[in-house]
Amino acid sequence: MVTIQKYVRAQSLEEAYTLNQNKKNRIIGGMLWTRLGRGSVGTAIDLCDLGLDRIEETEEEFSIGAMVTLRDIEVHEGLNAYAGHAVADAVKDIVGVQFRNMATVGGSIWGRFGFSDVLTVFLALDSYVELYRGGIVPLEEFANMKPDRDILVRLIVKKTPCRIIYSSVRNQRTDFPVLSCAVSHMNGEYRASIGARPGRAVLLRRESADDFPEFAAENVPVGGNMRGSAAYRTHLIKVLTERSLQGLRGE
Amino acid sequence: MEIKLKLNGRNITASVESDTVLLDFLREKGCLSVKRGCDTSNCGLCTVLMDGKPVLSCSALAVRADGHEIYTLEGLQEEASDFVGFIADQGADQCGFCNPGFVMNTIALLRENPDPTDDEIRAFLAGNLCRCSGYDGQLRGIRNYLNSKKG
Ligand SMILES: Cc1cc2nc3c(=O)[nH]c(=O)nc-3n(C[C@H](O)[C@H](O)[C@H](O)COP(=O)(O)OP(=O)(O)OC[C@H]3O[C@@H](n4cnc5c(N)ncnc54)[C@H](O)[C@@H]3O)c2cc1C
Ligand code: FES
Ligand code: FES
Repeated sequence: MVTIQKYVRAQSLEEAYTLNQNKKNRIIGGMLWTRLGRGSVGTAIDLCDLGLDRIEETEEEFSIGAMVTLRDIEVHEGLNAYAGHAVADAVKDIVGVQFRNMATVGGSIWGRFGFSDVLTVFLALDSYVELYRGGIVPLEEFANMKPDRDILVRLIVKKTPCRIIYSSVRNQRTDFPVLSCAVSHMNGEYRASIGARPGRAVLLRRESADDFPEFAAENVPVGGNMRGSAAYRTHLIKVLTERSLQGLRGE
Repeated sequence: MEIKLKLNGRNITASVESDTVLLDFLREKGCLSVKRGCDTSNCGLCTVLMDGKPVLSCSALAVRADGHEIYTLEGLQEEASDFVGFIADQGADQCGFCNPGFVMNTIALLRENPDPTDDEIRAFLAGNLCRCSGYDGQLRGIRNYLNSKKG
């Protein structure tokens, strides 16, 4: 387990950013992932005093602070009404309620984890991240950026009219997903976000739904690991995409 | 670092290292119901309530409790006594090791949702692992408790 020399509750984003430029220091969200690592952290930089634990909803968007927990997004009525319960569906099997009361949206998105249900679902929505220095960046672009020493301040989800369905396959209820899949229809196009390939989620777009399941199965790069083989994952991509499209059609 | 918190209803001040986890701090303070099972945030045995919400004390820094209110089973005996007998009646506890985590999270469940369905109970308690039972005993116990309240 990681050791920590010093703990600081940053009193401004500028303070947190300055501290974070030292490679020995680390921003902490829920610290659940960080804690399982090895080595030593010089200063653990806590953002908990910066009011980033709130979800703000306006006519145009949801602004989700980096310290908002996965449980907060699971039970947020506005967000789940907008996204047809897909956000709750995405996080509901992540370990347990106690875990989701701690794991943060900031840590989950920043980590760009291959297995992430969180990244998968938000990629299929009209999402952006606000970085302290980097400004507002589409989530799709952020997912492909190399981690640097910036700070993720909030996740923004625009209320673009959209329908979305989330599904995942797990070997056991609270295990990491074998495959995660979010399919949406927005601005006249279909989107499929496929995660746990086992690599980081990728986003595909298509004007027509007709051959989307086959297209996704052919074009999403997959690999095998202890949870499932590459061939099984390719099969799951087709099945989950097809089922999601049926769901979008109301079948 | 010095921290100030409310533990089981009492204000306390203590000195902790930056990386002391809440679990070790609470055990040092005599709250021995708080146990370490997996230490990897998977089993739910170390559940405590922070500002009323269930969290995993094995994975929370003690410094994060500064300015907050923590409850362990030691401080919630009365609330727990309402339903633990129903769980025991089902023989749900075999070795009993998982029990404090289950009880703490059941308290959180019933506060948030006083009349849960079986699926809601399963979903809320999914993060509490038990190596001895098949979870049915715990579910039956909670169900019987809820039925008994309805008369
Ligand atoms: C046992 C276990 C099981 C899991 N299962 C799943 C699962 O099934 N599905 C799933 O989607 N996820 C799963 N996760 C991942 C989990 O949901 C979180 O995404 C993960 O723990 C990171 O969130 P955190 O708040 O703990 O971040 P932390 O561990 O605190 O941080 C993670 C990284 O992000 C950096 N960071 C944190 N916040 C910021 C910020 N605001 N700005 C810049 N950098 C930041 C940290 O420095 C660190 O490098 C699992 C994790 C664990 C430990
Ligand atoms: S000991 Fe904390 S979750 Fe297992
Ligand atoms: S009764 Fe033994 S672990 Fe649950």
